[in-house]
Amino acid sequence: MAEPPVLWQDLRRHTMARVALGRAGNGVPTAAHLAFQAAHAAARDAVHAPLDVQALQDELAAAGFDSRTVHSAATDRRTYLLRPDLGRKLATGQAAILAPIPGCLAFVICDGLSAIAVQRHAASLLAHIRPLLAGWEIAPVVVATQGRVALGDEVGTAVQAKAVAVLIGERPGLSAADSLGVYLTWEPRPGRTDAERNCISNVRPEGLPPAAAAAKLAWLIGQMRILGMTGIGLKDEQGVALLR
Amino acid sequence: MFPDLRTLLARASPLRSGDQLAGIAAGSAAERAAAQYALADLPLAAILNQPPIPYENDEVTRLILDGHDPGSFAPVAAMTVGAFREFLLAAEPAALVALRPGLTPEMVAAVSKIMRLQDLIAVAAKCRVTTRFRNTIGLPGRLSVRLQPNHPVDDPRGVAASTLDGLLLGAGDAVIGVNPATDSVENTVLLLEMLDQVRSRYEIPTQTCVLAHVTTTLRCIERRAPVDLVFQSIGGTEAVNRSFGVSLALLAEAQDAAQSLKRGTVGQDVMYFETGQGSALSANAHHGVDQQTIEARAYAVARAFSPLLVNSVVGFIGPEYLYDGKQITRAGLEDHFCGKLLGLPMGVDVCYTNHAEADQDDMDGLLTLLGVAGVTYVMDVPGADDVMLSYQSTSFHDALYVRAALGLKPAPEFCAWLERMGIGDPAAGGRIPDGLSPALIGLG
Repeated sequence: MAEPPVLWQDLRRHTMARVALGRAGNGVPTAAHLAFQAAHAAARDAVHAPLDVQALQDELAAAGFDSRTVHSAATDRRTYLLRPDLGRKLATGQAAILAPIPGCLAFVICDGLSAIAVQRHAASLLAHIRPLLAGWEIAPVVVATQGRVALGDEVGTAVQAKAVAVLIGERPGLSAADSLGVYLTWEPRPGRTDAERNCISNVRPEGLPPAAAAAKLAWLIGQMRILGMTGIGLKDEQGVALLR
Repeated sequence: MFPDLRTLLARASPLRSGDQLAGIAAGSAAERAAAQYALADLPLAAILNQPPIPYENDEVTRLILDGHDPGSFAPVAAMTVGAFREFLLAAEPAALVALRPGLTPEMVAAVSKIMRLQDLIAVAAKCRVTTRFRNTIGLPGRLSVRLQPNHPVDDPRGVAASTLDGLLLGAGDAVIGVNPATDSVENTVLLLEMLDQVRSRYEIPTQTCVLAHVTTTLRCIERRAPVDLVFQSIGGTEAVNRSFGVSLALLAEAQDAAQSLKRGTVGQDVMYFETGQGSALSANAHHGVDQQTIEARAYAVARAFSPLLVNSVVGFIGPEYLYDGKQITRAGLEDHFCGKLLGLPMGVDVCYTNHAEADQDDMDGLLTLLGVAGVTYVMDVPGADDVMLSYQSTSFHDALYVRAALGLKPAPEFCAWLERMGIGDPAAGGRIPDGLSPALIGLG
């Protein structure tokens, strides 16, 4: 029989939390201190890093997606952080550059709070979902800077989409600065609430990998079309459905 | 110049991004200073007679005014806000206790707006509030700690590992309290049973809590799960409480249900509330009132239920409400002052998110200032990193630091337990004392 754990450091087996750090007086040892500072630095950099729009568009083109670029009404990152209302609106004149495709499915990629997440995982997710969307007309992908989730409602309205999926960089934590979130909204229009959307979060290779996220999103899109709704009326029972 | 009390309070508020977002902040530093002059000249009685949210429209206003005690108010009834500030700075502690039923949150918020940090600290340090369940919280010379062992998917072994880590560093006398990742009855019962097992196996004189919605906790009580405390997030207007899915009647029902279990050994204070500036604006439930005044009104809700614990989650809400370390620091000290003056066992979650302009240095500053101010308790997560809620709070080590720096100790019953278990003995090295064997709590 194995010895029961008696050493503090054995606790690390059970959680990714920062347990068993040791002590230097009442403080943490230098290595643990520096590891924390480095994780915070990565998160801070992720919040403030600008999206390389051209590189993302090149990736999308390589995956077979046409794309357009728009800007929210938040002019810079400081305004974006202080004025969430502006990040939910398109800047003046931006809606006019989006051509209507009535009844389409629209994808919007927003930098959100982590452009790094978008840069790393958005094109990959779209490449994986493309073969799973038979029967949908797909609008050109809209790449939006200084955007929040509800910006998708304005974009969806402009292109007359039946539904919009917003891919957005989530607020970085210390354990991951590159988590992508996906928000699906049926019949998008300004004023939709979060209760009317379905969300997939923590999309990244170490969390929910882009291929698995694409499968989940495709399942939600299929159910959405059957039920004619998103939000609290559309439960994520993909796993349950697979078991049946 | 200022059409009503609501506008005056907003314009007199020290700068913060949430009031700017709401469009109610002073337009210039000079306008703010003028508003502070005007506020200082306002009689406290005028604040009592002019609620910023009408009596007819809001059950929190009705709670405040119906519960106001003119007798307790009498000693300060003739004062202006400016004179009240000077009274507070000079008052003996006993006078502040006697005053509590005569104070409304709007009076307390108003005076805080013309106080510097040192004023907020000096007056709060004179306020003592003691509460009891399985131990005694808030005695002089004590600083308690909520052990917050969150886990991204509520894995009971992960929660247990973080709990043991905290206990080994002297944390957990305020409560061992988990924020569940999934707010379901099944999951909450599972966590409640696990935490109760840890507490009973190690014989810890403390209380446990799963911070689920009050309706979830009520169903757990029906299922005879081991519920020590009822947790709920609350705010300072009827509308924001509705957005949280609660009312005063529901909170009263939950308090009754938890007290009927009679699980406390030294007292029956069973309620645990969290609050935070900005929640009403975020729910579009602020009625044009500044976020700090609304926050103080949340404390009037809390004090109606004799809570064991109340804390502001000051830096959690994000930079659109409190932009940087400076705004978070001021708000944390305001919240602590207002809560204490109204008679609450006030703690603070000294914290920030990664999109706020703040870092560990700001938290060290606020933690130290709150320690000097006599804060009842702070949060502790392993290594200051909450891996479930993705924000940074204070750590087990931070509590050791502030207790040592200011000569503060945990609750007396918990202190005795730490000694009995041999916790904190440097000679033990990295070994876990026998009485805290991980095997006892399922960590084989």
